Amino acid sequence: MDRTHEWYVLLSKSFGLFWLLGLSVGITAYAFWPSLGGRFDKAANSILDDEDGPAQPTSGKREDKTCR
Amino acid sequence: MMSNLTSPERARAMLITGAGVLIGLTMAVLGRNDPMGAHGWIVLLFCGVLFFIVADKLYDAEPVEDRSISYYDDPTKVGILLALFWAVVAMGMGVWVASQLAWPDLRFDAAWSSFGRIRPVHTSGVIFGFGGNALIATSYHIMQRTSRARMPDQVSPWFVLLGFNLFCVVAASGYLIGITQSKEYAEPEWYADLWLVIVWVVYFVLYIRTLARRNEPHIYVANWYYLSFILVVAILHIVNNLAVPASFTGAKSYSAFAGVQDAMVQWWYGHNAVAFFLTTGFLGMLYYFLPKRAGRPIYSYRLSILSFWGIVFFYIWVGSHHLHYTALPQWVQTLGVTFSVMLLVPSWASAGNALMTLNGAWHKVRDDATLRFMMVAAVFYGLSTFEGSFMAIRPVNALSHYTDWTVGHVHSGAMGWVAMITFGSIYALTPVLWRREAMYSWKAVEWHFWLALSGTVIYVFAMWNSGITQGLMWRTYTESGTLRFSFVDTLIAMHPYYIARAFGGLLFFAGACICFWNVVMTIRRVPHHASAIDYPTTSEAMEPAVPAAE
Repeated sequence: MDRTHEWYVLLSKSFGLFWLLGLSVGITAYAFWPSLGGRFDKAANSILDDEDGPAQPTSGKREDKTCR
Repeated sequence: MMSNLTSPERARAMLITGAGVLIGLTMAVLGRNDPMGAHGWIVLLFCGVLFFIVADKLYDAEPVEDRSISYYDDPTKVGILLALFWAVVAMGMGVWVASQLAWPDLRFDAAWSSFGRIRPVHTSGVIFGFGGNALIATSYHIMQRTSRARMPDQVSPWFVLLGFNLFCVVAASGYLIGITQSKEYAEPEWYADLWLVIVWVVYFVLYIRTLARRNEPHIYVANWYYLSFILVVAILHIVNNLAVPASFTGAKSYSAFAGVQDAMVQWWYGHNAVAFFLTTGFLGMLYYFLPKRAGRPIYSYRLSILSFWGIVFFYIWVGSHHLHYTALPQWVQTLGVTFSVMLLVPSWASAGNALMTLNGAWHKVRDDATLRFMMVAAVFYGLSTFEGSFMAIRPVNALSHYTDWTVGHVHSGAMGWVAMITFGSIYALTPVLWRREAMYSWKAVEWHFWLALSGTVIYVFAMWNSGITQGLMWRTYTESGTLRFSFVDTLIAMHPYYIARAFGGLLFFAGACICFWNVVMTIRRVPHHASAIDYPTTSEAMEPAVPAAE
């Protein structure tokens, strides 16, 4: 196939257009997917209290130190 | 700090620095008839000093700390200090450069002190030296905390940090001795560029390895921003610096691109250096330190995801707005305009998200200068992104391009947004890293804040006035159709603004010096404060860990 100017224009106006649309729809769907709300809230709150070192294996009394 | 490395790690560090010494020697010998030879000696010296620092501790006792219970913060600490060192050096250079424009005699007639050589020392020094070190240091801090995992090893973080600083030293010294490939923000020559690729790939791998060890199901959004910074800067750097060295015994190289393609690649790189070096990484800082300092989660986490993808997807297309009214095809220019205008949406979403997070915590903003740094950063981020979208439109650009307005715009972003969020983060981070109760002097933080803010405002207003005056004078015609003002007329009109700009920069520089002093005094004088961080206990008694202090 000859990679001419016209070929690139065709590519950007066909595949490029739908790639852009698909990407924005996909990202918006991910960002606003209802069931992911809990995970996002947890992540947003997780940084407020993270200075107690790496997460420890969950055994015995360290249970309160697992990942949040 | 080197005593915290195990013997095999010390050996590996010596192997790497030893190899650096040999590379430096090779460059010095091969390039003995070229400025590259001087760089060889600099590399040799840099690696040699590091070699002996490690060698000095080679036979020290093995470290006894349990690595599973703490984060590895030594490189972060050094990174913060290096960032402040570069801030003082590079902002001092900035004041000098600005003063040369107002009083040209300040060049003192040396070759190395000419405007064209010390200006890139200023720009690279603040962007890479100050900004880059701050980004690397804070990313080390944030990736471990948000992943609740320690970095996988103790050599590669040092390699990345010190390797990056070697690049900065080679770059800055090269400008002074006249080595440049004349690409803005990408001035270093081929061997420095190759070295940075190696450092950057190790950085990327280190980040991914830490994330792979994470104990959180979700990767916190700040990490996404940092990763986009690392990944895209690698791509930009490699493509823009594709070049053929004129010889392997000299610094000179020739770009793989020519003409308008070269210009397009350069400004695709140049604008995305603003986007992915000076924006996304610092947004990562904002999304971590602002909620943390305010004690409130980010206003909308969903919005932060949406604006992340908006920013990374739109920014990559906007570089062509630097080349309006040039040989670049009209449609490429229009593409740049369109994406620049669209970019305002995710940019303002981020700025708004940050300010909404502070809603309900305004009393903290009033009382706490550290949080105020971050608040002002978000405001300037909103202002300068609006200004940027506006200036990208062709008719506005016709007035603003090549004038001081551009310089003012860049500095409203660099001083108002990038430096403010960095200083805020450094003040938030320093007591945590060194386990101190607070900064040495809160008054000094206040002083720094007001110096930085007034310096920025003076600088930006001076450049707006100067730029618009300059732009209008350039396009004023007489009735007979000739230009009304000569070039020297515009210089005379701009002179008072140049003095004001140098003064604004001086205030900002003074603030940075105060910050450096305050951080050093915090480390040296403020007593150790163990309860700032609670480590899960490892004692035999297995007593429960103390809940983290509020």
